[in-house]
Amino acid sequence: MSERQQSNGITRMPLGKGLNAGLRAAMEADDKVMIMGEDVGKLGGVFRITDGLQKDFGESRVIDAPLSESGILGTAIGLTFRGYRPVLEIQFDGFVYPAYDQIVSQVAKLHFRSKGKVTMPIVIRIPFGGGIGAVEHHSESPEAQFALTAGLKVVSCSNANDAYWMIQQAIASDDPVVFMEPKRRYWDQGEVDLESTPMPLHSSRVVREGTDATLIAYGPMVKTCLESADAAAEEGTSLEVIDLRTLSPLDLDPVFDSVRRTGHAIVVHEAAQTLGLGAEISARITEKCFYSLQAPVMRVTGYDLPYPPSRAEEEFLPGLDRVLDAVDRSLAF
Amino acid sequence: MSLSMPDTYVADDPTGAFPLVQLLTPEGQRVSHSEFSYDGDDDSIRDLYRDLLLSRRIDFEAHALQRHGELGLWPPALGQEAAQIGSGRALRQQDFAFPTYREHGVALCRGVDPALLLGMFRGVELGGWDPAEHGFALYSIVIGAQTLHATGYAMGLTLDDAVGHDDPERDAAVIAYFGDGATSQGSVNEAFDWAAVFNAPVVFFCQNNQYAISASTDRQTRGPIVQRAGGFGFQGIRVDGNDVLACHAVTTAAMDKARNGEGPTLIEAYTYRMGAHTTSDDPSRYRDSAEVETWKLKDPIERVKRYLLVQDTPQEFFDELDAEAEALGKHLRETCKALPEPDLAALFDEVFVEGTPELAEQKAEYLAFRESLEAEGSDS
Repeated sequence: MSERQQSNGITRMPLGKGLNAGLRAAMEADDKVMIMGEDVGKLGGVFRITDGLQKDFGESRVIDAPLSESGILGTAIGLTFRGYRPVLEIQFDGFVYPAYDQIVSQVAKLHFRSKGKVTMPIVIRIPFGGGIGAVEHHSESPEAQFALTAGLKVVSCSNANDAYWMIQQAIASDDPVVFMEPKRRYWDQGEVDLESTPMPLHSSRVVREGTDATLIAYGPMVKTCLESADAAAEEGTSLEVIDLRTLSPLDLDPVFDSVRRTGHAIVVHEAAQTLGLGAEISARITEKCFYSLQAPVMRVTGYDLPYPPSRAEEEFLPGLDRVLDAVDRSLAF
Repeated sequence: MSLSMPDTYVADDPTGAFPLVQLLTPEGQRVSHSEFSYDGDDDSIRDLYRDLLLSRRIDFEAHALQRHGELGLWPPALGQEAAQIGSGRALRQQDFAFPTYREHGVALCRGVDPALLLGMFRGVELGGWDPAEHGFALYSIVIGAQTLHATGYAMGLTLDDAVGHDDPERDAAVIAYFGDGATSQGSVNEAFDWAAVFNAPVVFFCQNNQYAISASTDRQTRGPIVQRAGGFGFQGIRVDGNDVLACHAVTTAAMDKARNGEGPTLIEAYTYRMGAHTTSDDPSRYRDSAEVETWKLKDPIERVKRYLLVQDTPQEFFDELDAEAEALGKHLRETCKALPEPDLAALFDEVFVEGTPELAEQKAEYLAFRESLEAEGSDS
């Protein structure tokens, strides 16, 4: 992954490199920040997100873990008791479940159980989502399972600049953060402003302004929605696109503002439809924008299937055509 | 084919390959062991006796409080006092213990006010003490989960250069408590593995009390639990869990080893849960009274008393201790009933360090609803 320096502190780099640079900056800023995960050391992670960090920060700060996800989470909890701030890599979305108990029963609850005496400044990085032609368990979108867990915060970046800043903000958070990384966008180039003050971690952002309908997405689907908006513009339809960035807590004020103007809302995510984030977002839009809605909130999502064989994923995942079809149905309602 | 258990109870070490370390017989006789010894004087044994007795008193009172409806539940440690006090008194100030939900005796050793143990069982809170202040983590109910926390803490000690200096003020170690049932959990076996791989200064202290609720140890393992350690690459010690001197001796040795940077040890303290799993349990459905009677003869407290009586311990010592136990009982009864009730509204602020707008909104909704009910109540 290459990066190219431009003037004014703006550097072009892929999203994955943005994460790498953000991790490096966080480790330089605080020597209690440590990385732990499978193959994160010499190899730099299977996606090379931790590339070079063990070489520069040593084996005590970038730890190659035994192949044991529950162990990664469980020992990280003990390390927080010693003042460490572990940043954990779960190699693939579908491998997080052995750690699920430690995340849901321990990480999410210990601050609450202890009435604030214990803090859990743990970041759980999970490369998620499909679109890379992978084998089973390598393409899943489990974010709602963490977003519905009281005591966890969940965010997802969609571009290199957010990758660089959001990972640092997540590490600085004294609350546990599940950090969902759009693995199919790791190689997407973007401009990173190394000097600007980032917006707060738990805030959504309008990434394209429009007037006819509102597309709401996060992570890998932001790009899909932006491309859909480009295509719609050619046919004279103006779509606003909102990048949620934070999945728990949700920051829906920009969404409500937008929907009050457009009257049409379409939520897009790769995760299955039933009880996905789209369901919660739809309910809240209905609660807050009832009289502004011109159509029911629509959802464009993965189907309620276990993730399919990769040769079928193109049809399974929301794409430009399905998004535009939903826009058409909403506008024609 | 049935899935019935083998005729030979192999978890019980029938071949005698792992003899129990014992330093005080059930009859109160001191015996020597080739590797381990208890080096304290009789005064220190009187101190241990005091802890054992107070520990049992905590159980007695808590059980009574449950029966009087003051606690929702209580998991008694009856019969396991020697394992808990012996190991708990082998810890130093700077060490850290990760308990299950039954380590009432260890809590006593760590300076936690026993009354604070009652909060979670009364339903007024989920924790009760400051783990950092006492070097004693909150009780853990998910079986085995805490063994990984202990291992991570121990890794942190190594990273912080807090082991291997031959300095009793500086070197520290961790002790992880769990039971025979927990040895079937993946997390416990992962903790063994991580501790071995990272040479972590942690002692795995398994109280094999013979039952995981109703399931006896042969439902958890086909070999003595202590044998697990060898497979993971560290030493295992099997100790008479009803012998406070032996438990103290082996734990001291294992903790010293860990503090010296020589890695983990597994201790299997062979003991017996004399009481029910919890106050909601009915042991008569799965074990017969003859078995319980056999274990009564191995009582962990009685044998120390026999020893101390032979050592001409004055009656005033026992009388003063009885008075102290009475005072503790009174303290538990009074404090239990005075524990503040939880305020649901306050809990919204305790989920995160930095609260969320969503929680603030739900709290406001809840408060408005509560106030509307109160207003309604005052109208009528």
